[in-house]
Amino acid sequence: MLTNGGNMQSKVVYSVENLNLWYGNDQALRDINLKIEKNEVTAIIGPSGCGKSTFIKTLNRMVDNIPIVRTSGKIFYHGTDIFDKSVRLEELRTTVGMVFQKPNPFPKSIFENVVYGPKIHGIRNKKQLMQIAEESLKSAALWDEVKDRLNDNAYGLSGGQQQRLCIARSLAIQPDVLLMDEPTSALDPIATNKIEELIDELKNNYTIAIVTHSMQQAARISDKTAFFLMGELIEFGDTKKIFTTPEDKRTEDYITGRFG
Amino acid sequence: MDKAVNVRDIIKKNIKSKKNVTEKIMPKVFLLSASISILTTVGIVMTLIFDSYRFFSKVPLREVFSTRLAPLNANPSFGILPLINGTILTSLIAMCVAIPVGLTAAMYLSEFASEKRRKTLKPIMEVLAGIPTIVYGFFAYSFVTPLLMRIIPSLGAKNALSPGIVMGIMIIPMVASLSEDAMSSVPNSMREGAFALGATKLEVTFKVVIPAAISGIVASFVLAISRAIGETMIVTIGSGSSKNFTFDITESMQTMTAYIVEFTSGDAGIGTTGYYSLYAVGLILFLFTLVMNLIAQYISHKYREEY
Amino acid sequence: MGYQDQLITSESEVNEKFKSIKKSPVLLNKEAWNKRMEKRIIMDKVARKIFSLSTVFALVILGILFYRIGVQSAGWLNLKFLTGNLSIFPEKAGIYGAIIGSVWLMAVVIPVTLLLGVSTAIYLEEYAKEGKFQSFIKTNISNLAGVPSVIFGLLGLAVFRRLFGLGSSILAGGLTLSLLVLPIIVVASQEAIRAVPNFLRDGAYAMGATKWTTIRTVVLPASLPGILTGCILAISRAIGETAPLVVLGIPTLILAIPESLMSDFTALPIQIYYWTLDTVLTPEYANLAAATIVVLLVVLLLMNSIAIFIRNKFQRRY
Repeated sequence: MLTNGGNMQSKVVYSVENLNLWYGNDQALRDINLKIEKNEVTAIIGPSGCGKSTFIKTLNRMVDNIPIVRTSGKIFYHGTDIFDKSVRLEELRTTVGMVFQKPNPFPKSIFENVVYGPKIHGIRNKKQLMQIAEESLKSAALWDEVKDRLNDNAYGLSGGQQQRLCIARSLAIQPDVLLMDEPTSALDPIATNKIEELIDELKNNYTIAIVTHSMQQAARISDKTAFFLMGELIEFGDTKKIFTTPEDKRTEDYITGRFG
Repeated sequence: MDKAVNVRDIIKKNIKSKKNVTEKIMPKVFLLSASISILTTVGIVMTLIFDSYRFFSKVPLREVFSTRLAPLNANPSFGILPLINGTILTSLIAMCVAIPVGLTAAMYLSEFASEKRRKTLKPIMEVLAGIPTIVYGFFAYSFVTPLLMRIIPSLGAKNALSPGIVMGIMIIPMVASLSEDAMSSVPNSMREGAFALGATKLEVTFKVVIPAAISGIVASFVLAISRAIGETMIVTIGSGSSKNFTFDITESMQTMTAYIVEFTSGDAGIGTTGYYSLYAVGLILFLFTLVMNLIAQYISHKYREEY
Repeated sequence: MGYQDQLITSESEVNEKFKSIKKSPVLLNKEAWNKRMEKRIIMDKVARKIFSLSTVFALVILGILFYRIGVQSAGWLNLKFLTGNLSIFPEKAGIYGAIIGSVWLMAVVIPVTLLLGVSTAIYLEEYAKEGKFQSFIKTNISNLAGVPSVIFGLLGLAVFRRLFGLGSSILAGGLTLSLLVLPIIVVASQEAIRAVPNFLRDGAYAMGATKWTTIRTVVLPASLPGILTGCILAISRAIGETAPLVVLGIPTLILAIPESLMSDFTALPIQIYYWTLDTVLTPEYANLAAATIVVLLVVLLLMNSIAIFIRNKFQRRY
């Protein structure tokens, strides 16, 4: 079980140790070591195909859905190895929320989308669900825009609103960590800006790991940055340091736009 | 964080208490359902083989492959050739209607018709495919046969020609739609190559599109034949139950399917050779259509165009 | 490699065809070229006419069929016909019993095929690992779809009627028809389930949903329109099927209205069949058959309209 051995109060949320991952015979992640700390935003950057998306999907074991994936190494979440047999996938995923590249609300009403998680995990009380919906939508800075049309189909919302709805949906089960896989890549600059503001707000209560293809975004919103290249973690440290005085030549090349 | 509802704790409690029984049972339930389709096939094959075996153990093979079919005669004979002959003849007539009309209609829809016209014509064709066969049977008997009698006075009220034609009409949409699918999936770049050389649409259709789509087209023909062989009500009503071995399509003749319908409608009691002959005919019919379907699948798999 | 060959042969064929043009004395003899060109264009136009005619031919037949049946049923199709009982006197005959019989049949076919069909599709699309067993089931289903309906009648006769002792009851007929249309609903449901994009499933998994919860709360609701459309198609096939029921041995003249699953029954297509057979004796039976056909066709038309409505209304672009 996830919480038995772990200490929820510890500063380190995720501790990744010697993580390797293969798609069939192709190695996608090589010997990754890194720590994600509480109430920080950790940005993961790198050129496409560098394994950054795969990495973040390993943190809540979404990669398990791909049959050909094999892993080795350990990922400690509050001290418990998430690959351990005693860990229930479902429980892990309720404590670690995820927001995807493309907004993926369900073809249901806005309300039904937000309370999806609580509902499938057994909360049936209408009043409670309503409270959860309001809180989550407020946390996702969407409440004022949708409070009068909670029963409308989620597909009527704009792309940015849909993405915030997906964030609200994740928040509704009160996770501890939010994983975001390029959450703004399908959005226009204004919507992107809103999400970034929201992330800044959310980090007070949540630990956030965000994959992004935009270096400016990483620089703007993150506390720590990890630079991935060809499945390897090249450099990891304070965002400021990475963007001003990177230690590795390849990091510098990438940040200054010499490749990728 | 101050939350009105502590979702975290409720969920944690619920997940722990959940035993996940449904999670384990559901896949098994679905597997069970999926195996019903296999059971159906097994059931079909078993009943056909089981009861055919009783038939073949009673009737010598030489009699089976004779042209005399008289199951209810005092001196019964179970020659299957008249039935096979009737089946093949009616199917041939059907193909003579369905293939030319179906293929040219497919060529029109895929190569000549405007997008708008295609979108109105195709659904109407599909209506034709959705009409129950009993309706076609009625149509053959009460309209097509009397009409043909005016042209061919010697035509019997029950004959092979009229149900054959109507069966062909019934199959047109099938040939047209499957061939059209095959032709539409030929990429435009191939057509453009020929158009750039100054070819007309007709030339492009025959020299580029049809050769490229030939496997899909042939597969549609084979499926159509299989459909004609297995078609029951049209021939039962239109072609009658004469068990003569004849090649004269103006006469009544019986197909395998019509024989099965005639016999189960009450004449043969369980346990008689006549009753088991049903299953023997059914088995042969099943094999005929199965082989056709497998051929069609083989053609479209083996020569599938992957543009 | 198949397509490459195809490509090359067809292209070389094109070249072959136009070699004659290229090498023909185009530049030397403009007149011959023009003449040829004219001929080709005329051929093209003639072909277009012929091809469009054969498309129209099918539609004309459809028109004649509807017209003939309309004419033959005129005057016979009235309320008394719809609510009356069967009779050997054409003027008194009605098809109430057949309508109720068909309704009862569908009351068996709909739940059975929906349950079996959708769960088979769920198994194939969501649970089965890609491999021999899965492709075996798929091949099996596509072959079942090609088995003549009369064979299903023999299966029903041997299994449901003889082995299970269900007689010529509604249950026996309904189960036989269910097996017959099962492939239709399986294939339609498979397509509908496959059309649900994976990112919706991921959304549910990421919330800690289990596989079955994901299917139940996301996949099935999203694929429901497609499944319903398939279901309606399957029912429209089943409601017009005659051969399997005749083979099952449905009695010719049923005067009682069916009351339970175990009742003997008659259905619309069967009634059409027997009346058509007996037109030799009583010509008016042809009118009765035509009138019954109109009823059957109207039901089919209604169902197809519903299917189209569902498809248009719930068609979703993700």
